[in-house]
Amino acid sequence: MVMDIRFEQVDFTYQPNSPFEQRVLFDLDFQIKDGSYHALVGHTGSGKSTILQHLNALLKPTKGTVTIGDRVITPTTNNKNLKPLRKKVGIVFQFPESQLFEETVAKDIMFGPKNFGVSEEDAAKLAEEYIELVGLPLETLKKSPFDLSGGQMRRVAIAGVLAMEPEVLVLDEPTAGLDPQGRREMMAMFAHLQKEKQLTIVLVTHLMDDVADFADYVTVLEKGRVVKQGTPNDVFQDVAWLEEKQLGVPTAAAFAKRLQEKGWTFNELPLTAEALAKVILTKEGLAHDE
Amino acid sequence: MMNKLIFGRYIPGDSIIHRLDPRTKLLMSFYFIGIIFLANNWQSYLFLAVFTFIAILLSKINLGFFLRGVRPLLWLIIFTVALQMFFTSGGEVYWQWGIFRLTEFGVINGIFIFCRFVLIIFISTLLTLSTPPLALSDAIEAILRPLKVIKFPVHEISLMLSIALRFVPTLMDETEKIMNAQRARGVDFGEGSIVQKMKAIVPLLIPLFVSSFNRAEDLATAMEARGYQGGDGRTKYRILHWQVKDTLTVIVFVFVTIGLVWLKN
Repeated sequence: MVMDIRFEQVDFTYQPNSPFEQRVLFDLDFQIKDGSYHALVGHTGSGKSTILQHLNALLKPTKGTVTIGDRVITPTTNNKNLKPLRKKVGIVFQFPESQLFEETVAKDIMFGPKNFGVSEEDAAKLAEEYIELVGLPLETLKKSPFDLSGGQMRRVAIAGVLAMEPEVLVLDEPTAGLDPQGRREMMAMFAHLQKEKQLTIVLVTHLMDDVADFADYVTVLEKGRVVKQGTPNDVFQDVAWLEEKQLGVPTAAAFAKRLQEKGWTFNELPLTAEALAKVILTKEGLAHDE
Repeated sequence: MMNKLIFGRYIPGDSIIHRLDPRTKLLMSFYFIGIIFLANNWQSYLFLAVFTFIAILLSKINLGFFLRGVRPLLWLIIFTVALQMFFTSGGEVYWQWGIFRLTEFGVINGIFIFCRFVLIIFISTLLTLSTPPLALSDAIEAILRPLKVIKFPVHEISLMLSIALRFVPTLMDETEKIMNAQRARGVDFGEGSIVQKMKAIVPLLIPLFVSSFNRAEDLATAMEARGYQGGDGRTKYRILHWQVKDTLTVIVFVFVTIGLVWLKN
């Protein structure tokens, strides 16, 4: 099924009609295409986490509509019957290791699928499949989640969400606090999963390198409004604008920019290390020809 | 859900009530709750109500907050008032049905109890709305200090109190976060039979306890690393100052008491 996610004129206010009222989303319009790898970037407080919680109706808009696949969420949508939606949209929250609670890793991974009506045996199979996918040995399944290291707990928590086999996978800074190798492995695993299972991935991150490496599409948010969107190529060309907004620039693009200041010319700024290396090599090649 | 609780929240402001010493506010609130029980006729209740109303006006806090503070306790109030009304005998009988009897004394008693409830809630809401939690715990420490003579662990209690107060909002956020994470994994909170509801709490409660343990361990390590060795020989950063307005407040309360004693039967 096509799982486009559309935000139409979405406003959101925390604790409306109370003295603590706080408006965080303003007339938000944007779209996440089915099967795409979509990155959301912006400062803390730009409304990213609020948007995430709209993706599976944990929050409902105070105005406007959110369309998720064939479900339309309006301010008056009933809280009942949202389970099918939550099965389709899996969210990995920030520091997901805090959601572990079962006696064994296996039970914790099976918890999600079982809530959505998967049988005990099938859930056990899913647990085996996904524990390996997140890069942990099968023996881990028998351990208590609280005996694991922080990084391993993170992997178990992510396996628990993946085991629900969602069509849309939402990741809120999935690699925050991981070591560089763990981070690379994790990001490669998500990218692989997306290609293999045609998942839609929504990634919230502060790491522009990850955005440049993996995302098909970027939405830049500021104070609850979309200020820029497009492919990473479109968005990251304007290095000065990004620096002014203090959003950060992919390392490769920043380096290319410095080369540009030294007299190099690029048709467009390369965003990844590979692209940069390729450009430099071809230029060098040209230099040899002369 | 939890955000609806007004009672126990602090609203920053800059009024005479906000600037009073927290010790004054705490003691006087308790004192006020004590003297409410002296009131026993229309005049005395009216007198106390006017006094409370003036205090609320002085705090410059929206009256809506106070009304909202009453709301969660509304059922308790109605229940108590109803009990009083229907089961107090004496005076003229207005209406009777079986053991239920509406009498003159019952109605009067019911109304008085209602006033008492509302006044107590208003004055304690005023205390918490106008005093930051940390100032309150400082005040409690200062008030308990004489108990040191009987080996009461005043420092430890007040440290625990201020840490507990500091972590209430953090734990609230954490609860919200874990609830959302489990909802996303298909847990329905507050749905189904009472057994199902209780079962649904487990995936929330265990992570909360675990994270509290971890937090406690981290905090204890961080405190030791910063040279904390217990209460002896410590100096204080926040020092409470008794000012003229605090003395005035106490004097006002003396007059209120005199007025009350004069008005009551």
